Amino acid sequence: MSADDVVSPRDTILARIRANRPAGEHPRPDVPRFPVLHAGRPLEPDDYVGVFETNLKAMGGKPAPEDADDLAALVRRLFPKAGVVASRVPELAGDIDVAACRPQDLAGVDVAVVRAAFAIAETGSILLSEAELGVNALAYLAQHLLVLLDPADIVASTQDAYHRPEFKERRYAAFHTGPSATADIEGVLIHGAQGVRSLTVAMRPRA
Amino acid sequence: MSHPQEPDRHRMIHPDLAVSDDEAPRSPDGHRLEHGAGTSRPLRPRSHEPQPRGARVHGHRPIDQNEAAARFIAAPEHEQMHDERLWDLRQKRDRQMRAIPEWEELREIASRIKQHTLSHLDTYLEQFEAAAKANGVHVHWAEDGAAHNRIVHAILRDHGARRLIKSKSMLTEECGFRHYMAASGIEVIETDLGERIQQLDDEDPSHIVVPAVHKLRADVADVFARKLGTDPDNDDVHYLAERQREATRPLILEADAGLTGGNFAVAETGSIVVCTNEGNADLSGNVPKLQIHSVGIEKIIPQVADLGIFVRLLSRSALGSPMTQYTSHFRGPRPGTEMHVVLVDNGRAARLGMEEFWTSLKCIRCGACMNTCPVYRRSGGLSYGATYSGPIGLILDPTFDKRKYSTLPFSSTLNGSCSNVCPVKINIHEQIFAWRKVLAEARELPLVKRAMMSAAGKVLSHPALYRTAIRTADSALKVLPRFVVYNPLNTWTQGREMPPVPKSTFHDWYAANHPAPAEDPTSPEAKP
Ligand code: SF4
Repeated sequence: MSADDVVSPRDTILARIRANRPAGEHPRPDVPRFPVLHAGRPLEPDDYVGVFETNLKAMGGKPAPEDADDLAALVRRLFPKAGVVASRVPELAGDIDVAACRPQDLAGVDVAVVRAAFAIAETGSILLSEAELGVNALAYLAQHLLVLLDPADIVASTQDAYHRPEFKERRYAAFHTGPSATADIEGVLIHGAQGVRSLTVAMRPRA
Repeated sequence: MSHPQEPDRHRMIHPDLAVSDDEAPRSPDGHRLEHGAGTSRPLRPRSHEPQPRGARVHGHRPIDQNEAAARFIAAPEHEQMHDERLWDLRQKRDRQMRAIPEWEELREIASRIKQHTLSHLDTYLEQFEAAAKANGVHVHWAEDGAAHNRIVHAILRDHGARRLIKSKSMLTEECGFRHYMAASGIEVIETDLGERIQQLDDEDPSHIVVPAVHKLRADVADVFARKLGTDPDNDDVHYLAERQREATRPLILEADAGLTGGNFAVAETGSIVVCTNEGNADLSGNVPKLQIHSVGIEKIIPQVADLGIFVRLLSRSALGSPMTQYTSHFRGPRPGTEMHVVLVDNGRAARLGMEEFWTSLKCIRCGACMNTCPVYRRSGGLSYGATYSGPIGLILDPTFDKRKYSTLPFSSTLNGSCSNVCPVKINIHEQIFAWRKVLAEARELPLVKRAMMSAAGKVLSHPALYRTAIRTADSALKVLPRFVVYNPLNTWTQGREMPPVPKSTFHDWYAANHPAPAEDPTSPEAKP
């Protein structure tokens, strides 16, 4: 740790590694981009929304009903008992200014409404980063999460996802695949282990 | 591809555990959900019995895994639920694998990326460090577990931290971090439910992915009643989980610091990637003003794009779920906060120089080898008396203490299934056998084990015989039929009483598998 040490732990560890280098050439393998299969053929853009929603449901998430146009009405309908609603999207005026909050202040949020950076059809995942959340803890301290997703922001595979720029640009980025879950007691699946109790995704093109 | 023995693989090992009242949540379409570690069918123990405890540890004296395993087997409710749940995870994994035609290619690529990285580990670590520092991250290097604990303690002290929330990390278990911190006056709170149960019960995790898998609901109700003041007569799983959430939430909000482990550390970006189902790593990393990530040096991968391979393999192999609920990428501190990464060696650089064992560093800690292992499933993880249990434990533990863990490599039937399911293609069973030789030569072994070695040696010196032994054994893992039990490679069941194997199960298996034994998807011979 200390730069004044004669040999720093860093240099000791690196020297050990160099002395113990495994024999043989170990070139980096070529990594092909594998297509995601759907009904026996590679997934096409027309399939993305359907496959995304199927996989989201299998992971405990819920697609929002399509018919509700007004976002405020949708929130009321999905969460009739919700008290504090925090919104990070221009389509909805929330009850609090998230960006002005400390993480701890968000513990009283019932429903957080955010927009996904993008989504993966293969797994039903959505990505949230500090750009979407304002305060990262919002996505974990709120009781419920409602995520808006532009269908044009869905990529086919996990591999495609990791070619997106977010992982090099954002300080924090997390895939959410369904809500917080545990099955640590006898394998009984429970939603809302430590984080959100539910995750709902509404298909809404960006404004 | 047809699967003639499909019905057999879906059959339960202990059908008595099946119940009709189902506690699992449903999807909006009414489908039963089984993501994460959720079981694919409702299970329930039939009656209460006291929880069998783990191996008796006496300093550096060799662990008697057989003795602890015998006590686990003597508690049938625990043993059978454990066996059934882990076999269920293995079957869920197989279903995920079958849905991905390139599965074997993914394993090969993952293995090669890891071997490439490990053989250039110095440069990738330097690259990681430079990238992390450029992101404003403080990077520390720890030669061993004690150094790790001192470093984290010093960071916490410098910030006047009184309480640390942490997410599950096998590395911190390896370092004995919680025990070390107990004397520090700084409170450490585990936030993963399973790990919290283990912390409150003062037990180590028994599995690297599902830490309390050896416990039944009544055991958890007992711990929570004693430590959290819950109703001792209420062992409803939803009640227990909810009470834990309520008890932990205020501790999270008042914590001064958060600590996570890391599944991957990306050299290209200096990011730490953490996979959880509860989102507790995200709470640890995003609520307090100070975040610390403790990561073994072998967790480095070169590029972000490589995650597209590893993330696809990890949760599918671990739980048979396509993704963990949360896959989180920590690249830099939030405004006004600090982010620290502690890179820990603790024997890893030395292992790199062990010709027969260095590839064990490829391990991504998915636990698939444990779920498939008949010895692990029937013994419980705590019977190994070590941080790592199951097949991966057998080859890692002796690197930490050759004498204490000298008998562990004998707790295997050498059926080879662990190697077949391993997503990074570690030749686990061959390393288990190689450890037996090393330990026999070092005379760390009791005489009886050395005698077993010579019988096993005869089979291993005939490659064709060995391959046959492995192949037949793998497709019959679910139970331990006679030819596995009495296979000369199997030192675990030799010289001990095995509960009888139900005859009908074996005959069913035989009928379903002949004449096509090579159909087992985890057998390398199944893919000519
Ligand atoms: S050895 Fe392989 S199968 Fe076992 S935990 Fe490690 S990666 Fe998973």
